[in-house]
Amino acid sequence: MTMSLLRAENLTKTYRVGDIDVPAIKGVDFAIEPASFVAFVGPSGSGKSTLLNMIGCLDHPTSGTLRVLDVDIATLDRRAAARFRGEHIGFVFQDFNLIPVLTVFENIEYPLRMVQKWPTEKRRAQVLRLLDAVGMADQANKRPDQISGGQKQRVAVARALVSQPKLVLADEPTANLDHDTAYRILELMKKMRDDFETTFVFSTHDPKIMGAAEVTFTLEDGRLQDGGHHV
Amino acid sequence: MFDVLDIASRNLLRYRRRSLLTLLLIVIGMVAVLLFVAVAGSFKSMMVGQITDSVLGHLQVHRKGYVASIDNLPLNLNMKPGMVARVEEGLKQSPAVENWSPRVKFGGMFSNFAETTSIRVNGIDPAREAATTPLLPGRMLDGDKAGPLVGKGQIVIPMLLARGMKTRVGDTVVVVATNRDGSVNGKTFVVRGILESVTGPGGRDGYIHIDDARELLRMTEAEVSEIAVRLKDFSRLDQVDAQLKQSLGSLANKEGKPVIEVHTWADLSPFANLARMIDLMTLFIKIVLVSIVLVSVMNVMIMAVFERIREIGTIAAIGTSPSRILLLFLSEGLMLGIVGTVAGIVLSLAAIFGINLWQPTFNFGMQQNLVMAPTIAAGDVLTIAALVVLVAVIASLQPAWKASRMDPITALRHV
Ligand SMILES: Nc1ncnc2c1ncn2[C@@H]1O[C@H](COP(=O)(O)OP(=O)(O)O)[C@@H](O)[C@H]1O
Ligand SMILES: [Mg+2]
Repeated sequence: MTMSLLRAENLTKTYRVGDIDVPAIKGVDFAIEPASFVAFVGPSGSGKSTLLNMIGCLDHPTSGTLRVLDVDIATLDRRAAARFRGEHIGFVFQDFNLIPVLTVFENIEYPLRMVQKWPTEKRRAQVLRLLDAVGMADQANKRPDQISGGQKQRVAVARALVSQPKLVLADEPTANLDHDTAYRILELMKKMRDDFETTFVFSTHDPKIMGAAEVTFTLEDGRLQDGGHHV
Repeated sequence: MFDVLDIASRNLLRYRRRSLLTLLLIVIGMVAVLLFVAVAGSFKSMMVGQITDSVLGHLQVHRKGYVASIDNLPLNLNMKPGMVARVEEGLKQSPAVENWSPRVKFGGMFSNFAETTSIRVNGIDPAREAATTPLLPGRMLDGDKAGPLVGKGQIVIPMLLARGMKTRVGDTVVVVATNRDGSVNGKTFVVRGILESVTGPGGRDGYIHIDDARELLRMTEAEVSEIAVRLKDFSRLDQVDAQLKQSLGSLANKEGKPVIEVHTWADLSPFANLARMIDLMTLFIKIVLVSIVLVSVMNVMIMAVFERIREIGTIAAIGTSPSRILLLFLSEGLMLGIVGTVAGIVLSLAAIFGINLWQPTFNFGMQQNLVMAPTIAAGDVLTIAALVVLVAVIASLQPAWKASRMDPITALRHV
C-alpha cells in the first residue's frame, strides 16, 4: 500500500446543538495522493466545510480516523495543531482574509516571519519568488484594500504556498469571484501544483468550477457519492 | 519589515481617532498626577521647610515628660549638664546629624516701662541656633540681618509683640521671670531685631542669649530645656529618628529609668497633618489615574479584539501560536501606555517649567508671597510612568487572552 497524503476511514462528525445531534459527516472513506488536485463538490450544507476543517486540523472528528501526512489528527491538541498547520498546511479562504494593515509583500511574508522563523535574506527571496509566481510582483507594496478580489486571492494563494507546505486547503476559494477570475485562480492553483508539487484540496458548490479538478469527490448530506472520481 | 510591535502600531494607527482619544485620556491623567505631585509636593516641602528651618529644627531632644507639658515651658524638666553632655555625645556619634542647638525656654513678662505683657523666650547660642534653623535670620523684619542673631544684653522679639507694645529696634525693655524656686528676677535688654511671625508652635517666641537666660533664671548650672537637631539629609528623618530614639532613649538615670525623649518636627507641629493629607490626596489621585488608564485601555482593547475576530481566526488558522496572538494584543496596550506616558511626561514637564517661569505666589499662614516653585523628582516621574505602562498592559491582558484562546473556525465564521 502506498503512503497517502490524506486517508480517512469511516470518518464522522456530529455537531451538538443544545440537546440535538446534527450529523454533518456520516462515515466517509477516502485517500488523496501527493501532488493531486482535488475537489470536494456538493450543495450547500452537504458537509464540505466540515470535512475541510478536519483535514486542516481545525476541528476534531467525532469518530473514525483521519490521517494527514501520516499523523492521526485526533491526537493533536490546540498548540500542536497550530504548529502542524503552520508547518504543513496552507489555507486559502473564501473571503481572501488578507491582513489589512500589511502590504501584499508583507502578507505573503507573514507565515515565514510570524509562524516560522526564516532568516531575512532567504525569506525575501522566497516572497519575491511567490510574488512572481502569482503575477503580483508589481503590486508588492500595495495594501489589500488597493487591489481587486482576484488579485487578493492570488496573494492568498502565494501566502498559502510560501512556507512550502505539502497541502493547500481552499474552502470555496472562488465563491466571491466572477467566473473568469474564478477560472484564472484555479488555473493558477493548478500551475502552482505543477511548480511546487503541492497537493491542492478545494471545495465548491459550483458545477462549472468542479471541472477544473483532477479528482472530484461528491458530497451529499454528509456522505460521499462515489469513491473519488478521476477525471 | 514588520514584527509584533510593528503590526500592533499599525493596528493602532488604523483606528486613529479611537487610539488618539485613549491616548488623550492617558495624557490628561498623567499631566494631572505629575502636576499635582509637583505643586503639592513643593508646597509641602516649602511648608515643612519653613516649620523646621525657621523654628523647630528637624528633631528635638528633651528630658522625658517635657513635651507633654511643653505649653507651660516647665523649668523643673530641664536637662542637667551631665545629661546634656551625654546627649551631645550621642548626637556627635550619629553621622546623620549636621548640627544641634541647645535652648533654655521659659515664659516671662515683657515690659516697655509703660505696659507689660507675657512672652515666651528662647535662650540660645546664636551661632549654633543659626546653624540649626538656617531660615531664622531671614525672618528678621527689622534690625540687622547680618551678624550674630542675638548678643548678650540683646533681645529679638516677635512682630506681633513689637506692634502691640509699640516697641522698636534699639528700645530698652525689661524681661521678668519667675525661676523654679519661685523667686522673681528681671533683666533689661536692648531690642536687637523684630522677627516675622511663623504659624505653628514657637513661631511667636522671642530670643535672647542663652547665658542671659540662665542668669535671669538664676541657674546654678548650665541647664538646657531642649536641643533642636538638624540632619544632613532630611529625607532620612524617620531612620535617624528611630536611631536616636534607640541610642538617646537608652540613657538612664540612677534608678535605671530612661530620661530622654526624641521627637520629630511632625510630632511637634499640627502641620504634620496637613503634610499627611497632601500625601493622602496624592495617593488618591494616583488611584484615579490608574482607574482611568485601566478602563480606557481595556475598553479600547475589547473593541479591538471584537472588531478583528475574523482576522484573529485567519492568523490562528494559518498557524500563529496562541502566545504570539496574545503578544500582538498586549503590544497594542503596551504601546498605548508608552506613547501616552511619554506624551504625558513631556507635557507635564513643560507645564512645570512654565509655572516656574510664571512664579505664582501663595500665602502660608502669616507668611505672604511665598513663590511656588514646583519640582518633581526623576524617581517620581519614573515610578508613575512605570505604573501607567504596567496598568495599560494589565488592562489588555483579558482581551488579549480572549483573542489567543479563540477557536479559528468560529472566529472565521464571524461576520
Ligand atoms: N458549528 C456548527 N454547529 C452545528 N451545525 C453545524 C455547524 N457547522 C455546520 N453545521 C451543519 O453541518 C452541516 C454541514 O455544514 P457545512 O460543513 O458547513 O456544509 P457546506 O460547507 O457544504 O455548506 C449543515 O447541516 C450545517 O448546518
Ligand atoms: Mg461551506
